[in-house]
Amino acid sequence: MAPAIRIQGRFVMPKLDLSRRTMVGGLAATGIALSSRTAPAQGAPVRIGELNSYSRMAAFAVPYRNGMQLAVEQINAAGGLAGLGGRPLEIIYRDDGSTPGDAVRVAEELVTRENVTFIAGAFLSNVGLALADFANQKKVLYLATEPLTDALTMGSGNPYTFRVRPGTYMQTKMLVDAAKDKGVKRWAVVAPNYEYGQSAVAAFKRLMGAAVPGFEVVAEQFPALGRVDAGATVGALAQSRPDGIFNVLFGADLTAFVREGNTRGLFERRTVVSLLTGEPEYLLPLGDETPDGWIVTGYPPEQVTTHGHPAFVTAYKAKFNDTPRLGSVLGYVVPFMIRDMFNKAKSTETPAMMEAFKGLTTQTICGPVTMRAVDQQSTLGAWVGETTLQGKLPTMKNFRYVDGADVMFPEAEVRAARKI
Amino acid sequence: MDLSFVVIQALSGLASASALFVIASGLTIVFGVTRIVNFAHGSFYMLGAYMAVTIVPWLLQFDRSPTLFFVGVIASAMVVGILGVIMELVLLRRIYKVPELFQLLATFGVVLIVQDVVLKIWGPVDITGPRAPGMRHGIEILGQRFPAYEMFLIFVGPAVLGLLLLIMHKTRFGVLIRAATQDREMVGALGVNQAMLFTGTLFLGAFLAGLGGALQIPRLPANTGMDLSIITEAFVVTVIGGMGSVPGAFIAALIIKMLEAFGILIFPKITLVLVFLLMAVVLVVKPWGLLGKPEVASGRAVLPEGILNLKAFTRTEALVWIGLAAALLLVPVFGDTYKVKVGIEIMVFALAAFSLNLLIGNGGIVSFGHAAYFGVGAYAAGLLVTGPLKAPMELALVVAPVAGGLAAALFGYFIVRLSGIYLAMLTLAFAQITYAICFQWVEVTGGDNGVVGVWPSRWAASREVYFYVVAALSLTTILALRHLFYTPFGYTLRAARDSATRADAIGIDVKTHRWLAFIVAGAAAGLAGALYSFSKGSIDPTMISISMSIDFLMMILTGGIQTVMGPLVGTAVFHSVKDFFMPLTDFWRFFLGVSIIAIVLIFPKGIVGAIDSLRERMGRGPAPQPKPAGEAA
Repeated sequence: MAPAIRIQGRFVMPKLDLSRRTMVGGLAATGIALSSRTAPAQGAPVRIGELNSYSRMAAFAVPYRNGMQLAVEQINAAGGLAGLGGRPLEIIYRDDGSTPGDAVRVAEELVTRENVTFIAGAFLSNVGLALADFANQKKVLYLATEPLTDALTMGSGNPYTFRVRPGTYMQTKMLVDAAKDKGVKRWAVVAPNYEYGQSAVAAFKRLMGAAVPGFEVVAEQFPALGRVDAGATVGALAQSRPDGIFNVLFGADLTAFVREGNTRGLFERRTVVSLLTGEPEYLLPLGDETPDGWIVTGYPPEQVTTHGHPAFVTAYKAKFNDTPRLGSVLGYVVPFMIRDMFNKAKSTETPAMMEAFKGLTTQTICGPVTMRAVDQQSTLGAWVGETTLQGKLPTMKNFRYVDGADVMFPEAEVRAARKI
Repeated sequence: MDLSFVVIQALSGLASASALFVIASGLTIVFGVTRIVNFAHGSFYMLGAYMAVTIVPWLLQFDRSPTLFFVGVIASAMVVGILGVIMELVLLRRIYKVPELFQLLATFGVVLIVQDVVLKIWGPVDITGPRAPGMRHGIEILGQRFPAYEMFLIFVGPAVLGLLLLIMHKTRFGVLIRAATQDREMVGALGVNQAMLFTGTLFLGAFLAGLGGALQIPRLPANTGMDLSIITEAFVVTVIGGMGSVPGAFIAALIIKMLEAFGILIFPKITLVLVFLLMAVVLVVKPWGLLGKPEVASGRAVLPEGILNLKAFTRTEALVWIGLAAALLLVPVFGDTYKVKVGIEIMVFALAAFSLNLLIGNGGIVSFGHAAYFGVGAYAAGLLVTGPLKAPMELALVVAPVAGGLAAALFGYFIVRLSGIYLAMLTLAFAQITYAICFQWVEVTGGDNGVVGVWPSRWAASREVYFYVVAALSLTTILALRHLFYTPFGYTLRAARDSATRADAIGIDVKTHRWLAFIVAGAAAGLAGALYSFSKGSIDPTMISISMSIDFLMMILTGGIQTVMGPLVGTAVFHSVKDFFMPLTDFWRFFLGVSIIAIVLIFPKGIVGAIDSLRERMGRGPAPQPKPAGEAA
């Protein structure tokens, strides 16, 4: 019976809410009874604990927090969480110290001292994985908003962890889909030498290899994260005379690589495919060095016109006097997903919230986003396009929004990896 | 590999070497004169870049000329040089008399403060500087394009080297720098104004770091991670070259960058390991670096830093400690889950810190890489529990100290052959190699993601039960280690610390004793690492990182390395301070840095050391104790 309800739930939400309540109530009467006795009075905020690297990864995390604050403000102004009798939503922000050890301690503090309903956030993949495992152990829900590693929803996935952003595999697949028709066979790859870089390269080889007959990788460079020796790396790549380059470098490494490559003509007459480079966080620092026509995943804030996006940009600019970054979009989307989850769950009990998240569809400024039940990965997508300079401003052209639903891991593969 | 490629790759290596040398030369000069391991050198480098991306574009508004570009670069370096002077006047000058390790701690406090100040002033987004006017293009060499600016950089290094040598040999200031590098005490005894000399040196050092940073802006965006990414590399260069030797730093930078330029062709993933591997090899073969000389003072009898008069507990002290232990054991009864969690972490870190003090306070073996053994223990336990064996926690807790001890035996075999700063740097090198392996060998270690699912066995799954498991293991190990301080073995170690030559002369095998101490400390740290990983449910490379090693150092220094029990107090204080500031503000690193500097300035002997001196001054020293057998006055 339960699966039938779940399938129905995607289409008929109000009705589902009723049936879910009866079902959960019937299955776990004691739990619900307890919760209604200990639940705070009406009007008391529902608290969510949000951990992120506000200090060390401020370039991402601060716009992200801004987006969240904006969304929470709007939700509460519009009557709060209808499913919980109009209680307001409150997010408690904490620095995760950028290490798994600190993050798990802070999570413990949020859960035991701040009485948060569930935890959310994390930027670094290792922090995200540690929090996911913590959630699994302590039976707390964890909404992983940003960490990209595929392990989070695949091999190390667990029932308590839901991820919002498209992971490494999904973003790589978006790029491969956009670039495979160019028919480029000889590729060089460059990636920072850690889990993210290595799995992006692995996904690229696998997907491009399947899409382009005769695909070969003629050079691989794995400089250490944050200390690329750009000259030597560019030299080594150019030496192999590839026709295409797949780049996973980001941040300061990317800027150094682009400058060196521009001067040495590495990118001339070559197809360059680059992960995350279109995100304003990484694109803006390139300034007038921005190469033309790199195929990238990213976000062009000023140009997106769908799903009420311009209103978001206006509100964000009015409040923070800054253009939104990709982090802002993510931060803005997440509270609405949380709101819809509560409206569906009508409870702050972990099992009810977990059930409510599965298959939940939220209308967002990126379009509808569904939390796929099988791997608990949302279908939030990304914009894929080409880099360009508009005047002096680096941005994207010929872009389109790729729905995450089109690039997810096949369900069979998920089942095998998660052993379900 | 055709010739043109080899040439271009070599030129790339030369340019990078040149840039690295400019930075490292400042570090080596400052170390030579002041003997301070200046962690803030990386911060000066970062500040140089941030100054340049602020000053240079402003200047270029007037005229896009190469001259103005370089005026801006030099101006940025001057500003940073002045900041170096301020650091010397305000901070370092007050702490030249305190143990050398405390100076290191203070400079690390500066690193933390600068990180947050930079974040506050310039914001978190990378700032890309302008390219040098007139050097945007590439030069055709053998049919390949090579950036003109890199070509220019190749000449900067030798030019700076030439200027420095000129200063060193032709000016009074330079002669004094060389003299102080050789024998600081002698320079002081000859009536040289040391204060002026040190201020001048700090200016020169910071200026060079700032210059290195400012010269990077056409290549690298100014970003908040620059300080830590350069500092280890700069250390490696100075150590390989020989601390205090400017030409040595030049040669070392050349070797490293050339190896890197060609090494990545054969081993594209090697960069992180390569430099530390090279440093380890050089130090094993040439213990003073390539051009370094043995320290003159190394044969001189100096007042050792560390535990001097070992006292047994007075009745009151024993009661206080028993009371504290009892209070600790009652935490799960009265405190909430979070307090229990913090309690577990404090006990775990206390064990690691205590084992480190066996090396530092008792043995005079300054380890900058204690996290290596902590991490090896954690990884051994974590991989055993989650790997194909799916071993239970109990077995993992037995294997972890063995693994930590084995790693310590392997690394320690080479480490104990050195002394002083070179020894410290070799410990750092081994820790970084371990870190790099765990970070990059994704198939086995999970890379930076680490491995999750490292939880205690079912019976110990509840936080409270696990608290008592940790309490039992860490407290007994700490007691056992403490006992070691009082055994003949402990006395032998202190004898070797105070005078290795004399200890050797009376027939003590100094190296073997130190090696044994290293193994014991490594095993204890390994146990601590395993206990920590079971408390947080995962293992990951941050447990082996430099900042972890530094945390351990801070803990024992906060408590006082002259005391046996100090590290325990230090751990509790340090961890509480961090835990207090982190939830309060995004700028917690700033407050942590300020706290560290405050501790160094207010309690130069650590907290427990300060309490001891206070009691002595009030004339209520510890009651006379029956001396343990064998203690000499």
